[in-house]
Amino acid sequence: MDNQYIDHAIILAGILFCLGLVGVMVRRNLLFMMISIEVMLNASALAFIAAGSAWDQAEGQIMFLAVITLGAAEVAVGLGLTLLLFRHHNSVDVDQLNKLRG
Amino acid sequence: MHQLWLIPGLPLVGFFLLVLGHGRFTRSLARLIGVGSIAIAALVTLWVALDFYSPGAAQTYQVELWPWFTAGELEVSFGLYLDGLSLSMLFVVTGVGSLIHWYASGYMWQDPDYQRFFAYMNLFVAAMLMLVLADNLVLLFLGWEGVGVCSFLLIGFWYQDPANGYAARKAFIVTRVGDTAFAIGLFLLYRELGTLDLPSIMVLAPEKFVMGANQPTLIATLLLAGAVGKSAQLPLHIWLPDAMAGPTPVSALIHAATMVTAGVYLIARTHGVFLQAPDVLLAVAFIGLFTLLISGFTALNQTDIKRVLAYSTMSQIGYMFFALGVGAWSESIFHLMTHALFKALLFMTAGSIILALHHEQDIRLMGGLRRQLPVPFWCFVIGSACLVALPPTSGFFSKEAILNASWQLPRYGPWFWAGGVLGAFITAIYSFRLLFLVFFGAEKAQPHEPKGWQFHPPLIILATLSLIAGWFVLPAGDVLPSSPAGHPPMWTIVVAIGLPLLGIGIAYQVYVRHKWQALRLAHWQRLRQFWFQGWGFDGLYRRLFLTPFTSLAQVNRNDIIDGLPTLLIQLSRFLHRLFSQLQNGQLRVYIATLASAAIIILALAISTVGK
Repeated sequence: MDNQYIDHAIILAGILFCLGLVGVMVRRNLLFMMISIEVMLNASALAFIAAGSAWDQAEGQIMFLAVITLGAAEVAVGLGLTLLLFRHHNSVDVDQLNKLRG
Repeated sequence: MHQLWLIPGLPLVGFFLLVLGHGRFTRSLARLIGVGSIAIAALVTLWVALDFYSPGAAQTYQVELWPWFTAGELEVSFGLYLDGLSLSMLFVVTGVGSLIHWYASGYMWQDPDYQRFFAYMNLFVAAMLMLVLADNLVLLFLGWEGVGVCSFLLIGFWYQDPANGYAARKAFIVTRVGDTAFAIGLFLLYRELGTLDLPSIMVLAPEKFVMGANQPTLIATLLLAGAVGKSAQLPLHIWLPDAMAGPTPVSALIHAATMVTAGVYLIARTHGVFLQAPDVLLAVAFIGLFTLLISGFTALNQTDIKRVLAYSTMSQIGYMFFALGVGAWSESIFHLMTHALFKALLFMTAGSIILALHHEQDIRLMGGLRRQLPVPFWCFVIGSACLVALPPTSGFFSKEAILNASWQLPRYGPWFWAGGVLGAFITAIYSFRLLFLVFFGAEKAQPHEPKGWQFHPPLIILATLSLIAGWFVLPAGDVLPSSPAGHPPMWTIVVAIGLPLLGIGIAYQVYVRHKWQALRLAHWQRLRQFWFQGWGFDGLYRRLFLTPFTSLAQVNRNDIIDGLPTLLIQLSRFLHRLFSQLQNGQLRVYIATLASAAIIILALAISTVGK
């Protein structure tokens, strides 16, 4: 990939990241929030790929692999927690799950 | 003389046995241990004394039992030192002590805490013997504090009554003032002489100190302060009358015969230092003179039989200080011994009267006991005769010797002599007032005389000893500096014998024949009240020390210094409350906070990079 395309790729990653962030902030359903987090993770992964390709560095792809692994771990734990929360409280609405206040 | 360690050892073993077996021993066994240990110690003392006086024996005997501690160059050991002076004190402590223990075994028989009582008494005797036998001042200080603790424990023996606890604390705290000065004196002495070993101090003090220079004066003043506190002399005398709250045998042993004379012993023991400080020696004489006069006047109108005896004890110890001050060293120790005998006798007789009247101590409610209590009566007569120094009782020899020595003192001599004779005159009035009020006049109570082998024999032995002790020569020998030589004019001796007789006559006229009523203090209410309260020293100290202290404590009741840490606590608590507001459980608020913070940081980073 040539250097001039990196701007486009970074802008795309930025847009995806913002979409994910907005999703996390506005959704109340825990499942959708996790999907939005996944979007944010992948946006950053895309930025790594683009940067790695632009400077001909392999670290970009290594970081991509790391992000994917992180995402998988996050989903495994997050889904488990969501399942347990649903069993206990019969709901996955984060506005109702606010018992952990100070 | 190798059995010397047994003398303080036996009472200590007795104490440990009684403490470890607390509640398990029968009364008879506790009595056997408590009295037996002191009695055997007395026999060992006799044995040691026979060795000591055997021809060809050394004049002093020093033995190091084991090292105690080492700090820098100071090496302190558990060492015993025996010379004529400590031997005389040994006789007083073990001899009079065992008679008092014997008596106490009957006096305290009904008490539920019989075993605890003897445990304390044995510990006291052990500490007192440690004090007397110590070969260095650190060990002497250990015994000194030990007797203080035992005095505290025994004054507050009947601790259920808060008044007794108050008296115990008062005695402990007031003597503590003197003890602190004493400890500082020891530090200074070590700094100046580099040793606290008693025989070395005696050698080094005249070599290293300049007569009347600052160091010996300061050290002697501090040692004197310790002695004044322990021996209940002005101005630290206020604890002794209240110490009478303890059981009567305790008053006889601790607050008449032994512990209160420890101050006299201390000054005699460290006379090498005092001789280099003539000003302090003069102060000792003045303190003694004022104490003997003030407490004598106070004793004139007390109503509690034990308080009269307490003030008379202060007055007699005043004589001992007076004697030390005027240079009559061995006379002072002689008076200490005779006083231990007759004052223990008086206290134990008073104990018998108190027991006979079911713990009544007010002499206004006594009277006419002469016929009902013949043995205590005669013992009391003998004790009073010694106290008043009627010839040929033991008190006569010791007091006469002191008065004669005081006359020899340059410049102030006759004045001191006059003060001492005035004190003897007052002594005669108050002791015979007590005797006449208790044993003569109308019968006011039905006594229940305590009889048995614990009550009469010790009294009779002590009475005999008090009568004849004057004929013996003090074994202190050449330990103490010699007294001023020479004889005072004949008329002084006549006056010194005559004035006490006049005092007895006045007491007889006023309290038995009820004549000369104008002399009764009842006519001068304000003076009576002033003397009754011990010249207002308690009130003065309350105003000078207690009131400012309590008002300061009142001001500081919320602890001003504590304010700073409290401020820190309140600040962190406030911040905690503030930040815990953020923790509201709303996940989306957290995310929004996180996002906005990230944006701010990014914006800051970009703007700095831009520059």
